[in-house]
Amino acid sequence: MYDFVTQWGPLWGTLASVGQIVGFMVVLLLSLAFLLLMDRKVWAAVQMRKGPNTVGAFGLLQSFADFLKFVLKEIIVPAGADRPLFLLAPLLTFIFAFITWAVIPVAPGWVISDLNVGILYIFAISSLGVYGIIIGGWASNSKYPFLGSLRSAAQMVSYEVSIGFILVTILLMAGTMNLSTLVEAQAGGFWNWHVLSFDMLPWPAFVITIPMFVIFFISALAETNRPPFDLPEAESELVAGYQVEYSSTPYLLFMIGEYLNIVLMCALMTVLFLGGWHAPFDIAPFTWIPPVFWFAIKVVFLFFMFAMVKALVPRYRYDQLMRLGWKIFLPTSLAAVFVMGAIVVYTRNAALGG
Amino acid sequence: MNRIAQTLRGAALLDFWGAFGLGMRYFFKKKPTINYPFEKGRLSPRFRGQHALRRYPNGEERCIACKLCEAVCPAQAITIEAEPREDGSRRTTRYDIDMVKCIYCGFCAEACPVDAIVEGPNFEFATETREELYYDKEKLLDNGDRWEREIARNLELDARYR
Amino acid sequence: MLQAAAFYIFSAIAVLSALMVVFAKNPVRAVLFLILAFFSAAGLFVLLGAEFLAMILVIVYVGAVAVLFLFVVMMLDIDFAELKAGFAENAVLGGAVAVVLAGILIATGFVWVDAQSVEANLQAPTPENMSNVAALGALIYDRYVLFFQLAGLVLLVAMIGAIVLTLRHRDGVKRQDMHAQVTRKRKDSVEIVDVEPGEGIG
Repeated sequence: MYDFVTQWGPLWGTLASVGQIVGFMVVLLLSLAFLLLMDRKVWAAVQMRKGPNTVGAFGLLQSFADFLKFVLKEIIVPAGADRPLFLLAPLLTFIFAFITWAVIPVAPGWVISDLNVGILYIFAISSLGVYGIIIGGWASNSKYPFLGSLRSAAQMVSYEVSIGFILVTILLMAGTMNLSTLVEAQAGGFWNWHVLSFDMLPWPAFVITIPMFVIFFISALAETNRPPFDLPEAESELVAGYQVEYSSTPYLLFMIGEYLNIVLMCALMTVLFLGGWHAPFDIAPFTWIPPVFWFAIKVVFLFFMFAMVKALVPRYRYDQLMRLGWKIFLPTSLAAVFVMGAIVVYTRNAALGG
Repeated sequence: MNRIAQTLRGAALLDFWGAFGLGMRYFFKKKPTINYPFEKGRLSPRFRGQHALRRYPNGEERCIACKLCEAVCPAQAITIEAEPREDGSRRTTRYDIDMVKCIYCGFCAEACPVDAIVEGPNFEFATETREELYYDKEKLLDNGDRWEREIARNLELDARYR
Repeated sequence: MLQAAAFYIFSAIAVLSALMVVFAKNPVRAVLFLILAFFSAAGLFVLLGAEFLAMILVIVYVGAVAVLFLFVVMMLDIDFAELKAGFAENAVLGGAVAVVLAGILIATGFVWVDAQSVEANLQAPTPENMSNVAALGALIYDRYVLFFQLAGLVLLVAMIGAIVLTLRHRDGVKRQDMHAQVTRKRKDSVEIVDVEPGEGIG
């Protein structure tokens, strides 16, 4: 990574870094606006509707219209609510959703902070994401938000465990916790991506990594409270869950944070399993497209899958959700960690001792 | 055995892929959506929308103040007061419909012996205040004048089923 | 300079929020301050160059343990008057315990500053050409593997104990069999009977 501070001196270097961060945030928010529209369009298309199509050509500006509407509305703080915490909660969700992006490499060297413990950082911050929801639900001083926040706390803590084990499987395989190095290790073609990992042959690592990819995808759905695991905001049971009492800008922050987390999970899956910025074939017509576009294409594809799942799958019951997390995903991913660890240790010893 | 097959089916997400295929098929189907304010759906001649008081072709109002509609109205939304006019005919001095109360059952139009009160095809009469929805006789007659062509055609189309 | 400033900010936040844990009137806020204290401790770890420990602290304590704390505290219905009622009678004993604890801490601090060997131990840099994580792994899975595994066993025993104490198999509770629910077919539960008029079934 290009270190501005050592290259440009303390003052201009710091300013340049801040500029870089702000630029990244703006790009993220802009893409988020269109991804949100895509979510709605996909959902509409599956249900044979047209979706938003009035604001701008094909409704392209719909998200910006919604943004204006949210910002211009009145902020309502319910009586008896814990005012500072009530307003802190959406901010927390928003901030945690953003700072995780600091370690996501979108192209070679295009990363804000190339942490050595990138995976752990992401895991740590995403485990904090639950606080926005819990605090928001509790500070509303209202029953449905509280129930929603309790549900989401249990749900997110449960699924974090299996996500953690899948991350461990991948970092065992790659032997690094730095996300840029992790992506570099998947160069060469789509068969080297971690989801297939044919470079591990003769060990058929894809037998482990393909199920891990699927489990990660489903856990990501649960972690971001997306349907079919949107129990914290199940509108048929809890009205809108922890967001019931929120309006205007705080609600907007919750919403942006939520969608940003979804996109983050897509980006994480891209980086961990789908070869990050690498083209599927390392030959001419594919390498003409810049790496950042390959990254974006993969993220958008995964987001499309998220949207399709939302459109197709009915909501889980809470006990089924817990059963899936603890009784199926946890043992499976734990077994994967064991097997992958054994393979890695064996191959390394074989390479060392023959 | 059955249990193992079921587990494998679940692990391979077969149900999901089936649903995904179905979803993608519908994804590219023609959308039945109507672009509402610009395109409108077809209305049946029996559609019961905004009320109107009709006139005869010579401009004389049809209503004879028999108050059948007031009597039949289940929501008691209609208020009528009547007096003889100078020429001796019996006419309403007041004909109010509270559109907030109205349930659009169409009984008033059914009860009317002279087809004076009818429910026209207009359904876009939202207002910004409640007061604007308390229709008086003038407003209703005005509606009748504005929608007479459609109302007359609908009545004609529906006449043989009555 | 920047590091020193960051150190003082993190330490000040840690100490202040630790105090607020004790003084906060609302138990939920107390737990939230506890989380803030954990968080600034993680910041101090990062300053020491122990980023792995910092991340683990955030993941384990802030991300999981404190969530469960918060969970429990939010659902408690605490009667503050009753809590405060016992203050006077327990004040002497509590005060004594507090004084002893503070004494131990202060004594440890003095010994730490005074002892000769401390200077060497104070700086325990991670070995060259080794990442922080690898160094930590080499220590706990090599040199201290027995202690590490024993600690794990202690936790396992605690977990099993908690499960044994709370798990009761109640009779007469209807449980669902997911497999039976999913595999149920129409022909298993619906039978079409051609009923003759006037005869009924059976």
